[in-house]
Formats: sequence, C-alpha cells, structure tokens
Amino acid sequence: MDREAEVVDKTKIARQFIEAIPHARALGMALIEIGDGEAEIRMPYNEEIVGDPKTRVIHGGAVSALMDTCCGAAVMSHPEAPAGTATIDLRIDYMRAATPGEAIATKAVCYHITHAVAFVRATAYDEDSDCPVATATGAFTVERH
Amino acid sequence: MAHKRPEPMQVVKQHRDAALHTLVSGVPYIRFLGIEFDRRGDELTAILHYNDKLIGNPILPALHGGVTAAFLEVTSIITLSWSFLWEDFESSAIDVTQLEADNLPRLPKTIDFTVDYLRSGLPRDAYACAMISRSGRRYASVRAEAWQDNRERLMAQATGHFVMPPREPKGG
Repeated sequence: MDREAEVVDKTKIARQFIEAIPHARALGMALIEIGDGEAEIRMPYNEEIVGDPKTRVIHGGAVSALMDTCCGAAVMSHPEAPAGTATIDLRIDYMRAATPGEAIATKAVCYHITHAVAFVRATAYDEDSDCPVATATGAFTVERH
Repeated sequence: MAHKRPEPMQVVKQHRDAALHTLVSGVPYIRFLGIEFDRRGDELTAILHYNDKLIGNPILPALHGGVTAAFLEVTSIITLSWSFLWEDFESSAIDVTQLEADNLPRLPKTIDFTVDYLRSGLPRDAYACAMISRSGRRYASVRAEAWQDNRERLMAQATGHFVMPPREPKGG
C-alpha cells in the first residue's frame, strides 16, 4: 500500500474506532483528522448537553468528554503505536463560554511519549477559531503489546 | 412585622427537597448523564445512574473518562450552588417556596478542573461528593471524590476553581 493510501486507511480505522465508543456516539463526536500523534474531533451543539439553562451554553463536562476522547485518540495515533491508553490525569482550563448553537472542535497533540506515559495538550474552539473556548493538558498511560 | 409561626419540619424538608430538584432538573446535561442528588441536611451525594451510553471503552468495559470528569464537575457546581442557596434559606434571604426554574440564582462558572483517574469506572452506578475548600465572594475552590462499591476505593478525585455568580444584595 502506498503512503497516501495507508494514511487514508488508518484514518478510516481510527474514525470507525472512535465513532464506535458509546459515549462519543451519544455526543455525536466525529473524527476530522488523525495521524502522527495529532487528532481533531468535532462535537455538534445539542440542547441535551446544555449546562446553564439561562444562557444555553453547553456544560463544561461535555467539553471534558470531547477533550478526553481527542487526547486519547492523539496518543493512539502516535508513531510509537501504543496498544492502548487510559487517562491518568486531565486538567481543563475554561477560557470562555462556548457560543450557543455552535459546534466545538478540539485539536490534541501528543507532544511527548515515554515507555509508560504520554503527554498531551489540546485546544477547543467554536466557530471563532481565533479565540479558544478551553485548553487541556493531560498524562495518559501507554499500554505496550 | 408580626413574627411568622415556624413551619413544621416536614414541610421545611419538602420545600428544600423541591428547591434542590428545581436546581438540578433545570440543567439538561445533568438529565442527559442521569445524575441525581441525595440530600442529608445540607450535605449532598451525587448518584450517576449507569447507562450504556456512558461507556468509553466497550472492550473492558469502562465508563468514559469524560463522563467521570463531567460527573465530578456537576457534583462540584451543584454542591457550590446548594451551599449558597442553603445560606440564603437559613437567613431567609430567599423564600424557598418561591424558588422556580426561572428565578434560580446563576450557577458558578468553572475556571479550571483537574481530574485524577485512580481506577477504571466499572459499568455500574457511581457516587460522588464535593467539599468546598474555600468559598469567597468571587472565587471558590472545590475538591470532589467519586467511588463505586467502596467509599475508600476512589474511582477518581478532582480539584476545581470557580467564579461565583454575583449575589443579590441582601435587603433590610
């Protein structure tokens, strides 16, 4: 298989894998891009995940779920190819309320990996891509084959 | 003003339970996850009712890490809101019988939230408690813990910081 076909194939497998996670499905998450320790996942706006009924802003917890999924996907796509991963810790900073009605996209980068631990950073945006909604940093386990 | 005769304790309890229900049921995301709150006086315990849509790893199976984080964050926010509502009930700044979905106080806003995952979440109910480390006029620090079968074997713990909503100035 040539390099391009291989990337397409890997992306397709990763997409099926992520979209098969029950909670990712429940939140309507869709994989946009993945590869080399980086991942981008989108989550549509949904009235069911509103956290503040007065402002209709989605709950921070739903952003956490998106961040966690995206960080895990970035770890799995790292060239060192862990067999599996689990979150050790995840810190989320909420910069501003996400605009009601807009989808949220998260980009995660696994910027360092050791034998046992993967370090990840992520940023979440709504349609105003210049001004992040939230950032995350986390440590994930690296399961070996 | 003539002193009002105190209401029977059972009635007070009903009003407080109704106020908690109004606070919790007004948030769609809490319903989406299936979280309920159990009240003992001013102390709250959150219950996350198991549902297949909460799974993050179908092979193990295990709860989604994001669900655990959300559960702890919901518990922290409701516990904080409840603590200042409680003060207002006690001081009669808020009439507990008049609390409706459209006149609830604004919720605290999360500044940051950090979750330590200690054990994988099993596909069953989970419980959580939040402790307010400090609650000032503008900011609050909260710790929260989640567990499943055994209170001593935590599934996860969290710390978070919140901006408190502006409070109505207390009238005379």
